[in-house]
Amino acid sequence: MDYFRQHILSIVAFWPLAGMIVLMLFNKENKTLIRWWANLVMITGFVISLPLWFWFDRDSADQMQFVQRIPWIPTIGANYHVGIDGISLLLVMLTTLLGPLAVLSSWEAIHDRVKEYYVFMLMLQAGMLGVFISLDFFLFYVFWEVMLVPMYFIIGVWGGPRKLYAAIKFFLYTLFGSVLLLLGILALYFMYPSIAAQHPEISSQFGTGSTFDILAFQAAASFLPFNYQYWIFLAFFVGFAIKVPMFPFHTWLPDAHVEAPTAGSVILAAVLLKMGTYGFLRFSLPILPDGTKYFVPFMITLSIIAIIYGALVAMMQPDMKKLVAYSSVSHMGFVTLGMFALNPNGVNGSIIQQINHGISTGALFLIVGIIYERRHTREIAQFGGISNVMPMYAVVFLIMTMSSIGLPLLNGFIGEFTIVMGALQENLWWAVAAGSGIVLGAAYMLWLYQRTMLGKIENPANEKLIDMNLRELATLVPLIIVAFWIGLYPAPFFRVLDKPVNKIVAKVRPDYFQGAQRLNAEIREPR
Amino acid sequence: MAQFFQMQDLGAITPELELVAFGMFLLIFDLMVQEKRRLGLIALAGIAISGFFLFRLRGTDFSAYGGVLALDPFSIFFKTIFLVAAALSVAISLKYLDIERENHGEYYALILFSTMGMMFMAGAVDLVTLYIGLETMAIATYVLVGFLRSNQRSNEASMKYFLLGAFSSGILLYGMSLLYGLSGSTRFVDIAEALSRRPLTDPISLLAMITLSAGMFFKVAAVPFHQWTPDAYEGAPTSITAFMSVAVKAASFAMMVRIFMVAIYPLRPQWVPIMAAVSVMTMTIGNIAAITQSNVKRMLAYSSISHAGYILIGFIAGNETGLTAVPLYLFIYTFTNLGAWAVIVALRRKDVIGEQIDDMAGLFFRHPAGAVLMLIFLLSLAGIPPTAGFIGKYYLFAAAIQTGHNALAVIAVLNAAISIYFYFRIVVSMFMREATEKTGLVYAPGLTMTLAIAIVFTLLIGVYPDPFIAMARQAVILGF
Repeated sequence: MDYFRQHILSIVAFWPLAGMIVLMLFNKENKTLIRWWANLVMITGFVISLPLWFWFDRDSADQMQFVQRIPWIPTIGANYHVGIDGISLLLVMLTTLLGPLAVLSSWEAIHDRVKEYYVFMLMLQAGMLGVFISLDFFLFYVFWEVMLVPMYFIIGVWGGPRKLYAAIKFFLYTLFGSVLLLLGILALYFMYPSIAAQHPEISSQFGTGSTFDILAFQAAASFLPFNYQYWIFLAFFVGFAIKVPMFPFHTWLPDAHVEAPTAGSVILAAVLLKMGTYGFLRFSLPILPDGTKYFVPFMITLSIIAIIYGALVAMMQPDMKKLVAYSSVSHMGFVTLGMFALNPNGVNGSIIQQINHGISTGALFLIVGIIYERRHTREIAQFGGISNVMPMYAVVFLIMTMSSIGLPLLNGFIGEFTIVMGALQENLWWAVAAGSGIVLGAAYMLWLYQRTMLGKIENPANEKLIDMNLRELATLVPLIIVAFWIGLYPAPFFRVLDKPVNKIVAKVRPDYFQGAQRLNAEIREPR
Repeated sequence: MAQFFQMQDLGAITPELELVAFGMFLLIFDLMVQEKRRLGLIALAGIAISGFFLFRLRGTDFSAYGGVLALDPFSIFFKTIFLVAAALSVAISLKYLDIERENHGEYYALILFSTMGMMFMAGAVDLVTLYIGLETMAIATYVLVGFLRSNQRSNEASMKYFLLGAFSSGILLYGMSLLYGLSGSTRFVDIAEALSRRPLTDPISLLAMITLSAGMFFKVAAVPFHQWTPDAYEGAPTSITAFMSVAVKAASFAMMVRIFMVAIYPLRPQWVPIMAAVSVMTMTIGNIAAITQSNVKRMLAYSSISHAGYILIGFIAGNETGLTAVPLYLFIYTFTNLGAWAVIVALRRKDVIGEQIDDMAGLFFRHPAGAVLMLIFLLSLAGIPPTAGFIGKYYLFAAAIQTGHNALAVIAVLNAAISIYFYFRIVVSMFMREATEKTGLVYAPGLTMTLAIAIVFTLLIGVYPDPFIAMARQAVILGF
């Protein structure tokens, strides 16, 4: 048990990989066995990640926990160094929750090349978990790039008619961003020893040698000259903004989403996009505080454009999946808006909203996938009155629509409300823009619901549709539960987030917690 | 210095001597043996024994023959690369030559002679020794390129390669003669010393530097001296293309390191801008030209041009990281590229050329292992972790950032990203197209062995690169 506790993060991250290796030994004709095995690996993966949630010490949520550190490439100072704080805890849990659901949802959707499909899904899962637990920038980059390959194949092999185009576009876009990210990492890497040499408080803790230690970079942050922060921020920005995706780097997203199979879209929206925002949160903000502050107007502008533009484009989409894809652009705009408000409310809300987006958009893609499997079309005009034949489906769809547009009692409300509050603390107009985004979001989602679910059935092809089966329900129920949980009782989530968020805010705005006059700021000791 | 020849000197070249002996032996044996494949096995044995002698020389660091030949960690590292490349090339040739019906004994002898020339190039610290090593390698390679005697493309490639190679050697010699005229010596250290006493803008030094660089850029196929590469690579027997793209390239880079980092090091401020321009052009043009190719051999030829462009970054950085990156990258490239070529060799069957991207269509369904191996080699060529190629690229980019060549680094990484596009055209063909034919890959023990070694090293260096980085660093740290 002790061994398990000490190595839990590595076990959680490499569990899918181990399962993948076993899976490769199976006969590819035995599809049932392969499906059972992949689901089993994913579900046990979720189960072994649960102790993280219970063992996590919430009183020191801003400290890295379950840390493991093994020298990997001593010549360049890279370590196998993993650990999580409150922020990564939530994202790891989101990943281990969504992974099994995505895999379960592909049971009937994937007929061809089943074995390879599950091999890639498991590989992807391991790569994503690795990204969220890495505390070494080199290790982080390896995981960050590794998961491009399985995602490329998932889109490129099992995707729709324009899958090859969408897959290579996804790959090239992300790769362009990541190689520039690599240069930013290298610049930090070569800056660190000279900073550490001058400041004994850093070198005593992290040494003076070259290192990729993210915590060391965070400690050295305040001593990094501004012009370096400026350029490194830009390099990081391209890498992360493409992943988020922020306007104007979002064009790969609709293509990738529309062409990807359902499970691919779910993983892409629910987890992959979070890697970009996680990158901003973990690296850009705490490592480059001055650069971050300098770029706030720029980032906020892009976020607001994404919120409104994404919503407007979503409204005009004739294809359900494309609509949800553009709504992602809009929702991720909220996430970056809250983050770059740079106050506890904004950042807290931004993280909660990341989880919410994972849940509600993941669920919406599953929902679209369910109807697509029955009708082999996603065109909105083909539907109407579906609630008459698929009542259970309509209820689930309604809940997730409400979650997506931020109705109180559901998760979306908590995230959007906190973000708007954070934005309001900084600038009235940011909050106005965010508010209008919420209205637009309600408009396109409700309109979608109305056009597809309500009214009478006009299209004879829809008359014989069967409601969801148990398996499909099973993919959605966990998401509904979490949506209500966050909506009704978000305190456990804020509890793990508060401290790490305050730590980040204190890092970026050292004066923030010193001004007692601020209404909303709970005064805590800046660490 | 005073003494010209000692018994110790003879010991320093045992690996080379041994290769020559085996080459001669092969030529004689060729007359007696009917089963030509045995000659290949003998050649493999020769390379192995040479490797054993080289292993016994490890850790030595002295200059032999009155200071014209260095036996230092640098040369030993490169000689290892040459022997590995030669062994793997011979291994993939065994079956290939049968299929091409060109199994002749002198093929293996020529590979051994060529390898021997390379080993002298890596060790040479003197212009004359260097040039003799270079020509020994080059002449053997000219013949090998044209080895498919009845094949027009092969003959044409050989003739082009020979003419341009001879021309570039002439330019190189011209530069060498100027250096000799300036310094009165052929030894690199003396040349460096003489150059450092002249002003940086001295026209004769500059002329020597420019001609020397041009000749050298020819040899490593850097833009604008790259035109021979696609033709030579396409026409040559695929096994020889593999050999050229790794061993000949590595030897040319070994020679470049010695010349640029020792002989004309005093002119560094002058040659860095030239090299930066050449590096940028080489990466970019190599990659862009590769995008439009439909023939895999030509595509990989252009890709190998762009890889030369990346490696030049190591020279431009010129610090410890940069110089470590050069041998490290070439070491990694040897396994990765030979692996990729081995898959293409395996595609060659009696009636199928197997060189077009379309010939790889649906390879995954016909031969899953071959397709997955090719995928990993291509990922490594593109520099995606956790393959070895990423470590090599990482080191080059790190060197550029460390020395403040930020614009160069940005261009290099963007090129690395572009390259995924054409590498993945092969992947698309292998994994996402229907199989157009049913035949699988050629099975042969030599091919299987090569693929196994290549994949093990490609993944091992990617996941656990530390000992290899340490070796490469050791190779450059003492000499430069």
